Amino acid sequence: MKLRKNIATSESGLLFNPVTGESFSVNPIGIEILSMVRAGKTKDEIIDALLQKYTADRITIENDYQDFIDILFHNQLLEHHEKKNA
Amino acid sequence: MKRRTLNIGVTGLNAIDSPGPGVSVIRALREAESFDVRIIGFSYESLEPGIYMHDLVDRTYQIPYPSGGTDTLLKRLKYIQQKENLDVIIPNFDSELYSFIKLEEKLKILGIHMFLPTLTQYEERTKVNLNDFGERYGVNVPKSQAIHDLNSMHNLESEFSFPMIVKGKFYDASIAYNFEQLKSHFNKISAKWGLPIIIQEFIHGTEFNVTGLGDGKGNTIAAVPMRKQYITDKGKAWGGISIADEKMLEMTRKFLKNTKWRGGFELELMKNKEGKLFLLEINPRLPAWIYLSVGVGQNIPEALVNLAMGLKVKPFPTYTVGKMFIRYSWDMIVDREEFEQISIYGEL
Amino acid sequence: MSKIRYERPVIKKLESGMPNKFGTRTEYLPMTHIDGVAVTRLVKEYGSPLFVFSEKTIHSTIKSARKAFETRYPRVQFAWSYKTNYLNAVCSIFHQEGSWAEVVSGFEYDKAISLGVDGRKIIFNGPEKSEEDLTKAITNDSLIHIDHLDELYSIAELAEILKKCPRVAIRVNMDTGIYPMWDRFGFNYENGQAWDAINKIMHSGKMELVGLHCHIGTFILAPSAYGIAASKLAELAISVEQKFKHEIMYIDLGGGFASRNTLKNAYLPGSDTNPTFDDFAESISTALLNSNFKKDKLPLLILETGRALIDEAGYLIGSVISNKRSSTGRRNTILDVGVNILFTAFWYDHKITPAQSFTQYTEDTCVFGPLCMNIDVIRENTELPLLNRGDQVVIHNVGAYNLTQWMQFIALRPNVVLVDKDGKTHVIRMRETLDNMNTMEKIPNHLKKFNL
Repeated sequence: MKLRKNIATSESGLLFNPVTGESFSVNPIGIEILSMVRAGKTKDEIIDALLQKYTADRITIENDYQDFIDILFHNQLLEHHEKKNA
Repeated sequence: MKRRTLNIGVTGLNAIDSPGPGVSVIRALREAESFDVRIIGFSYESLEPGIYMHDLVDRTYQIPYPSGGTDTLLKRLKYIQQKENLDVIIPNFDSELYSFIKLEEKLKILGIHMFLPTLTQYEERTKVNLNDFGERYGVNVPKSQAIHDLNSMHNLESEFSFPMIVKGKFYDASIAYNFEQLKSHFNKISAKWGLPIIIQEFIHGTEFNVTGLGDGKGNTIAAVPMRKQYITDKGKAWGGISIADEKMLEMTRKFLKNTKWRGGFELELMKNKEGKLFLLEINPRLPAWIYLSVGVGQNIPEALVNLAMGLKVKPFPTYTVGKMFIRYSWDMIVDREEFEQISIYGEL
Repeated sequence: MSKIRYERPVIKKLESGMPNKFGTRTEYLPMTHIDGVAVTRLVKEYGSPLFVFSEKTIHSTIKSARKAFETRYPRVQFAWSYKTNYLNAVCSIFHQEGSWAEVVSGFEYDKAISLGVDGRKIIFNGPEKSEEDLTKAITNDSLIHIDHLDELYSIAELAEILKKCPRVAIRVNMDTGIYPMWDRFGFNYENGQAWDAINKIMHSGKMELVGLHCHIGTFILAPSAYGIAASKLAELAISVEQKFKHEIMYIDLGGGFASRNTLKNAYLPGSDTNPTFDDFAESISTALLNSNFKKDKLPLLILETGRALIDEAGYLIGSVISNKRSSTGRRNTILDVGVNILFTAFWYDHKITPAQSFTQYTEDTCVFGPLCMNIDVIRENTELPLLNRGDQVVIHNVGAYNLTQWMQFIALRPNVVLVDKDGKTHVIRMRETLDNMNTMEKIPNHLKKFNL
């Protein structure tokens, strides 16, 4: 799973997709996930990292992570979609 | 003598195909002779063109929709006031006026002046109350009736005949030629602006508008009648010409005298074949074509600001007849960062 | 290292028409405490969902209503509308504030009596009063508001049997410009039914006509309609005086004042636009003072206000069961609060606030209840912060009708707690138990056994 090329993200939580011309706002934890995806981390690595840092259980984080990735994909921000149970 | 600079907040920056009056009001204020201005734009959405017109608008803040309630609006205005030290606010949307009228006293304490109709004036002139208004102040109005559901429309069939005008509480009007169309307009308009829906008798004739300014004591400070020359498919004037029609001016003066109207306004009039004038609607704010008033020698926004600041303002004695306005659209080039800035931070 | 409070990741497309974050911010300003008591503590002690009433708010609301009327009109009496909320504790607060009782059924009548309300200070309304109910009311000298002719004749008969002279009023319906016109209750003013009924009572000689009553509708947003109603009742009262030399003691304008809630089809929030007690009081008292009553003969003004007096004092705390996404990508949040206990969700866009602090990030959310029914929707769309499973929300202005119209459907109804003036909490209605439900049921012997 890879973020599309040319996608610009900013510290303030802005994301611009030059292919579609759409801008997005992302919250801090979303930005964190995006940067881990960009760094090539796997789903499990990302979830472990979040579990370490935040007060939530694995099921919640996993569900929300998957939902977030689905929305990224839906908005054509990912190159190819990770299979749900990959 | 150096002129005083006033900080003025203006809404209605949506200079689109069915434009809000903000940008025209700002152009008028920039040409004011009695003061200089710093303009603070208030926007609701991030694509309102006025936000990006940096030669007209010095800084823009997003403000909450009226549906958010006055507490939310007041909070936001307090924040803006700390940064901008506003002297005057000119609200330009019908739908926001209620909230601003309610906040008038509280804003005054913050040092912000407005010159708005009273709540009674505002409510008396609503479309729902137009019939009563006409009776009370002796003005000719078309027959109209507020309805809350389509069933009650069946009961009205004896009083109204097709075609009829279907109007929303704040905005939107469509002509219905049969019950099916009525139903569809009713549903569309009520979904957006709530209930009731106003059914109004359709009057054949020519449309005219008068914009002006009342001082709240019954005096006419300004009045400019205009005939629409070109009307867009949204029913907005794309071109118009100032005219000298004594009957219209008389109706305007009567309206101001009897209601002691305070603030700017626009009267929508219809003249039928027999030359009889009907008052279709009273908009409790300046119209989008207000810049024509500057063109004919009555800078109404400037006079309104002076009244708001508590200054004495003399009535304009004359205006130029036969001046035209022709609207045009204009493509600005804007950086994406500006759009993102206003979208995310609500300030630009 | 302590962990950071979790917030789920969100990404939102920037659109021109998108409501900006300033638009709805106040709505989700967190409400962490109710009258100084932490929501988390309330839930821990009493469970979720939980109804909470603020005694302070009830007192301040009835005080401001009384002030609005008493400063404008010399003789005013409030009567607590039991059907709006007949929890004994709530009724008692109103009775401590001097309100009489206004009941619409034998059940409510008995409830008022059992609370210790003086029978002479009970107003008995409604289209159904059994012979037994009427007998009680006549014996206790209560104020009986007649709804139809059949009732009028029943009372006349009972008066003879009981050898008492019942104190009665008639309910009048009329056109006040309000839609819909409630013409199904009482006697019509315009077509002369009301005047007929008055004449029948006066000529019967068996009852004392003490009052005239009307109740024009519910959630009325036009104070002027009450002015019209007051004028019409005043005219009737004066006609009675002229024809029969009989003085009408009171005019009862019923209830129907709008609360601070926002109706579903409204554009502006109800807290801004709905008329205040002052607006209603001004319209009513002006009409009565301007009518032809002589200065020392002004009738007592009775008000049966319910909703506007109790809505704001009631809160409903709920908890998030789950966050889902709909097939269209919409955020759905499921609460443990269903429409079976929040009936008013059908009429209002109830204000919902989180009970813990949040960042400014929000999502357009549809809030559902937990029932297995499609109609179980608490808010169709509201901009909510990113709630986690288990988080609490506070639903506002729920004090009226929910605790009388709620249904015991698939689950037991929750605790109701009152926070008193000192911030102490009291359970005023206990959570139902399976035993409560089962004690009312009986199983025929042949159904008691089964083998599965």
